[in-house]
Amino acid sequence: MTAPAPVLPARRRRGVVLLCGLVVALLAAATLSAVSGQTPVTAAEVLGAVLHRLGIDAGPLPAHPQGEATLWVARFPRIVLGLLVGAALGCAGALMQGVFGNPLAEPGVIGISSGAAVGACLVIVLPGSVLGATGSLAVAGAAFVGGLVTTAVVYALARANGRTEVVTLVLTGVAVNAFAAGVLAFLVYVADPSAREQIVFWQLGSLNGATWRSVGIVAPMVVAGLVGSWLLARRLDLLSLGERAARHVGLDVERLRQVAIVLVALLTSAGVAFTGIIAFVGLVVPHVVRMVAGPGHRVLLPASALGGALVLVVADLVARTAVAHAELPLGMLTSLVGGPFFFWLLRRTRASQGGWA
Amino acid sequence: MTPGAAPAAGARGTRSAGARSAGGAVARGLRRRARLPLRADAGTVLAAARGVDLARGGVQVLHDVSVEVRAGEVRALIGPNGAGKSSLLGVLTGDLEPTRGTVEAAGAPLAAWSTTELALRRAVMTQDVTLSFPFLVHEVVAMGRAPWRGTAAADDDDAVVAASMAATDVTHLAGRAFPTLSGGERARVALARVLAQRAQLLMLDEPTAALDLHHQEMVLALARDHARAGGAVVVVVHDVGLAAAYADRVTIVADGRVAGDGTPEEILTAARLSAVYEHPVEVLPHPRGGAPIILPRR
Repeated sequence: MTAPAPVLPARRRRGVVLLCGLVVALLAAATLSAVSGQTPVTAAEVLGAVLHRLGIDAGPLPAHPQGEATLWVARFPRIVLGLLVGAALGCAGALMQGVFGNPLAEPGVIGISSGAAVGACLVIVLPGSVLGATGSLAVAGAAFVGGLVTTAVVYALARANGRTEVVTLVLTGVAVNAFAAGVLAFLVYVADPSAREQIVFWQLGSLNGATWRSVGIVAPMVVAGLVGSWLLARRLDLLSLGERAARHVGLDVERLRQVAIVLVALLTSAGVAFTGIIAFVGLVVPHVVRMVAGPGHRVLLPASALGGALVLVVADLVARTAVAHAELPLGMLTSLVGGPFFFWLLRRTRASQGGWA
Repeated sequence: MTPGAAPAAGARGTRSAGARSAGGAVARGLRRRARLPLRADAGTVLAAARGVDLARGGVQVLHDVSVEVRAGEVRALIGPNGAGKSSLLGVLTGDLEPTRGTVEAAGAPLAAWSTTELALRRAVMTQDVTLSFPFLVHEVVAMGRAPWRGTAAADDDDAVVAASMAATDVTHLAGRAFPTLSGGERARVALARVLAQRAQLLMLDEPTAALDLHHQEMVLALARDHARAGGAVVVVVHDVGLAAAYADRVTIVADGRVAGDGTPEEILTAARLSAVYEHPVEVLPHPRGGAPIILPRR
């Protein structure tokens, strides 16, 4: 009766501290990102600009003549899209890992991002596709369909006897990514020059070109995905017992699986539709969260969403300020950090499982 | 009144249960509220396989097997390696679909129950106990409370978890991460999770395989106490001596068939065991009490 008492609060407390810390860091990073750039704006002016829009006459407005416009047209939509995409990718990673019962599952690694990218590019390339009023909605929709099909295919291929072996999963990802890369190459080949440029730029992954319109499309997808995932949290905990044992404690595994696949596709396509493939966020972030607050999904899912948002806002800040008058591709940055991390995780997993189980 | 008090319906309740299962899929789709279990009286059949054939990977592993598990008794399934004991248990839990025959849980066909309803009535301990993520021991044990979520019994969760950990001697491991445990410790944590489910029927697949002598006795004593308190236990064991000492009924499975079913005194004879295990076996009465002692001839 007495022994469990001291343990439980320790992890729970760390989870609460982590969530609060992430929110604070996120606000700080977003503010830092808003004041960084060629047009000088101070943090107080950023706050003032936001408050004025909300109808509160407090704080100074940007002093620079272009300040207000820069914030609302360029920086804010970019930051908000970064938050949404990062949250989507972080949460999608944690959700996938829970469903596959495998810490190496991640939308980019497994090829779901590529699948969604193929869907999106198909729409970009389609003759007569004008990326105007309905165009961006069509891109998001096609990304979702592509992501959903790929998730279902990977799930069917990578599982055997109710388990997903590491090596099967990674190799399935290799195959899916290779196939998707082939389709994308074909699309680049047949595309007209403007669409070609769009695809190539987009494949590198970037928040450049974020608009309130894209935010408006991505936001509901991400919110639905995050809320839906969180509702599955307890069931995902049970699933870590393995499918059979999870069923023995009353979990409807098939149902959980179907819902989770749709949510993964929704979140991944939201993360891909306007920003291209930004890999490894969903791998690194949940892993770090697990090390801090344990594997319980009620903390893991929201913390991974917040952490993913933080990583993406910071990475985007680096991408657009590291080199003067130039912008680095965001996907390149996350891959440069995430690739070695994935390798390290792979080796560790191999060691702990005593071979390529 | 709790609807679907299936145990009282008994074997003859199959007609109404069948009608229920026809609408079962739809009802489950609508997420009807789980029917809570009523405690069945001693002697009621809580799990049964009747005339079951099972094929796995094209090989027929069970031939016309029938077994019943009643409230108030420990039933041991024994037999040589590969005889089909675990397959039979898998059929009873619903993990394996028989090619012929019927399987019942709590007086109704398996299909009549939702997964949650089954979990409220029977808890299962499987042979391989693994975990995808490093949950802490007390978190793993608390997973056994999942089917009771949203019911009045959920108020007792903490107490039940603590009691289950104490019963299997894992309280001192409560704060450890499950993957850091030894095989024997894992098995006891898994058993604690099964006990925390507070189901009337326990189905245990070789719970003693990784355990030392003391914990083997502890686990089977727990099983016996569960049965004495009105529960039922079906347990696969390799040690015939353990079965003889703790089981009320023993089913010998050999070559996918039932080679004996009865009390240990009735069926654990030297001749039968020697034939089943293809090894000469002696059965001696214990000098105190006369319980059978099983000795392979060496």
